[in-house]
Amino acid sequence: MKLTMDGRQVSFNEGQTLLDVATANGIYIPTLCWHPRTGPASRCRVCVVEVEGMRGLQTSCSVAARAGMVVRTDTADVKSARRMTVQNILFSGHHNCIACEATGRCELQDVAYRLGIREYPTIDEPKEPMDTSSDLIVMNPNKCIVCGRCVAACNDVVVNQVLTFAHRGYKTKVVCDTAVPMAESTCVQCGECVQLCPTAAITERKSMGMGREWELQKVNTTCPYCGVGCQMTLYVDKAKNRIARVKGREGIAPNEGSLCVKGRFAYDFPSSDKRLTKPLIKKNGEHVEVSWDEALDYTAGRLRGIKDKHGPDAYVAIACARSTNENAYAMQKFARAVIGTNSIDHCART
Amino acid sequence: MTNSIKELENARLLFVIGSNTTEAHPVISYFMKRATRKGAKMIVNDPRRIDLCRWADRHVRIKPGTDVAYLNGLMREIIAIGGQDQEYIANHTEGFEELRKSVDGYTLERTSEITGVPVETIREVARTLSEIKPASVVYTLGITEHICGVDNVRSLANLQMLLGNVGVYAGGVNPLRGQNNVQGACDMGALPNVYSGYQRVNDLAIKDKFEKAWKVGLSDKIGLTIPQMFNGIKDHSVKAFYIMGENVVMTEPNAGHTKKCLEECEFLVVSDIFYNETVSYAHVVFPDLCWAEEDGTFTNTERRVQRVRPALKGAGESKSNWWVLNELGKRIGYDMGFTSSRVTYEEMRSLTPSYGGITWERIADVGLQWPCPTTDHPGTEFLHVGGKFTRGKGLFAAIEYRPPAELPDAEYPLLLTTGRRLWHYHSGTQTHNSEGMDNLFGEELMEISPADAQRLGVKTGDWVRAKSRRGEIVLRAWVTDRSPEGVCWTSFHFAKACGNELTIDAFDPISQTAEYKVCAIRIEKSADGEPLGSTRVPVRQARP
Repeated sequence: MKLTMDGRQVSFNEGQTLLDVATANGIYIPTLCWHPRTGPASRCRVCVVEVEGMRGLQTSCSVAARAGMVVRTDTADVKSARRMTVQNILFSGHHNCIACEATGRCELQDVAYRLGIREYPTIDEPKEPMDTSSDLIVMNPNKCIVCGRCVAACNDVVVNQVLTFAHRGYKTKVVCDTAVPMAESTCVQCGECVQLCPTAAITERKSMGMGREWELQKVNTTCPYCGVGCQMTLYVDKAKNRIARVKGREGIAPNEGSLCVKGRFAYDFPSSDKRLTKPLIKKNGEHVEVSWDEALDYTAGRLRGIKDKHGPDAYVAIACARSTNENAYAMQKFARAVIGTNSIDHCART
Repeated sequence: MTNSIKELENARLLFVIGSNTTEAHPVISYFMKRATRKGAKMIVNDPRRIDLCRWADRHVRIKPGTDVAYLNGLMREIIAIGGQDQEYIANHTEGFEELRKSVDGYTLERTSEITGVPVETIREVARTLSEIKPASVVYTLGITEHICGVDNVRSLANLQMLLGNVGVYAGGVNPLRGQNNVQGACDMGALPNVYSGYQRVNDLAIKDKFEKAWKVGLSDKIGLTIPQMFNGIKDHSVKAFYIMGENVVMTEPNAGHTKKCLEECEFLVVSDIFYNETVSYAHVVFPDLCWAEEDGTFTNTERRVQRVRPALKGAGESKSNWWVLNELGKRIGYDMGFTSSRVTYEEMRSLTPSYGGITWERIADVGLQWPCPTTDHPGTEFLHVGGKFTRGKGLFAAIEYRPPAELPDAEYPLLLTTGRRLWHYHSGTQTHNSEGMDNLFGEELMEISPADAQRLGVKTGDWVRAKSRRGEIVLRAWVTDRSPEGVCWTSFHFAKACGNELTIDAFDPISQTAEYKVCAIRIEKSADGEPLGSTRVPVRQARP
């Protein structure tokens, strides 16, 4: 099927929206409330376009493409409507980009920039108190654009059913349960709302001041906790050798972007000052730091001695279900090829 | 898992048994909860009123350790109402007659008596299973951590074959594997009876293959399992014990026994990332690289092999295990030839048919699911397609119910079952060392049912002493109807009150898995510590 978009004939499939068609054809339409995982919400109205024969501007995220449609995404009316919408959003909140955690990854900032908004009036002081009751997530209503993504994420994606809208109209606000502080609510801190928030209305608390989006190196890896194997991106401060924050990888199996409280927030143990940093040998009942050579020579000597004296079956080993495949493979080969026993097991059993 | 995680979202019926999914596998629970929103029915079979029950159509509160009786009773009723898939049974299975005979004794009344599930509920669950197909069975350690763990799993396989639910999209028998790489550690052959890819050590052709590849003579004698290793230390047949990254003091049942064995061990090597409870017993300690410092792969619960990348420099002088083992090998007289994680992986791949087609290049962005024998194979989303089993036809097993090893009695009147909480992971070496997690849940609690609490005169926040025949712990009580009367629950995340001081070292005869899910305890009010004097739960909970 075909329709006309900005004077071009473009083809589309049944079920696609005008936004889908534009994206597939490289035509930029700004969005704030739409997200691949929460779908159209028609709340923010920055994705408006003109459709011949339809009265008023249409939200492209929610209008289904139909054969023969004539769509314009770049008329003066469209541009001015989008600019006015974004300016209103900017004016009604406290958007101080210099001090904001989301700078560099803020969708509102990007949309404003691409729409050519160079100046905007803004309120001087935040109007509402932040919710800092949780140790992991900060809610700042002054940066909330009421796009509803967090509410959709909480209710329809992770189905934890905590976040909801309170009040009406201009006073609409996202709250936990019956407007209780987050730490006293039924929130399980999965942080799906953090990941889907287009601004810094909901952010990671531990990441504050830990580095800007563009300063941090992104490393794709697999979560170290349960067997689901969620795919995540680590935002790494290379100079300080620490992880600044974690994001689920959108659109990638098996988790399709979602994470849980451990995967998203329990990432700083590698940088703990309690890590073991040198080999230890027990001497006179005390653990003493030694060089690798000493530890390896001593261990090899003891293992060879036990093997020679008692045979290979006097050696047993437990590999680790938390470590990599490569380390597990090395562990079983060591038992079998170096020592000569099959007494290798791991905690799958217990 | 026979099937894939994403299929759960499209299941028509979810039969969840012994899986506290929202806490132990939160992200999989999102798929299951979304399925219920799309109209799927969900039956949660669990002694505890777990969080997942909020989204379930039915919560069947079976007594801990009575799964075989429950499943046999369901199968008898399914057969009685003609709910089995006769065509599937005829074409794809063997042993149906034996199964039918074996479940015949599990009448509704007898099943109800053993399991505590009302007759009418058994009847209704059987009807639902007969009517809605396919059903996906989801289970976790609530099934396997029993002296009859293997029987439990085989009973679930029986049920799914009876209903024709194996080898179909959104069906199957789906164990949610606990740890990030427990599937991979099994696949790699860190088991006493198989090399990587489940190639048997006592198969002479396989032994020959590995001898040729490794250029060394190998043993065809099946090795020791973990419980046998500890017993070997006790009887002095085991002299050297190498433990990689496992805090056995907290994770093995009957911690008292574990500690005694470690004390007696002639030579104990431990490699780990923190100085944990087990490290303190070691003669030699190697500092390990951790997850964010390692290069390599993990294999998830749906058999998907995925990359792990080094984001950070290792702490201090810590090293990869493969490097340490390779260095030790050279010093003992055999060079394993590992020069990088990649080289190690490539050797494994060349010797492991199911991983043969999974190269690091192919999984750079998205992981692949084994079996994947060749580099042009797309991987396998679900196993036994079209009812074709590894052995040809699926074999029904006749299984009888056996009661748990230790049940409550006059001296130890309460039943303890254990598990994991959302906020921590196993012995907590990672979560306790991550900022903020201990503020979410900072101390272990004993979950006690309101009826038992009333009898004991215990309120939420009071200190209690929990004793079993093997040990005791002191912790605070959480009075909650998550626990049914007579059943208590706790975890093993905190060294100060580790549930494994109490658990029993009784094992499944085949899998050698311990019965972490059932032992008998006694609870007394304790004066130790400060009572909170408040009825508020002392910490936040998922859904109190």
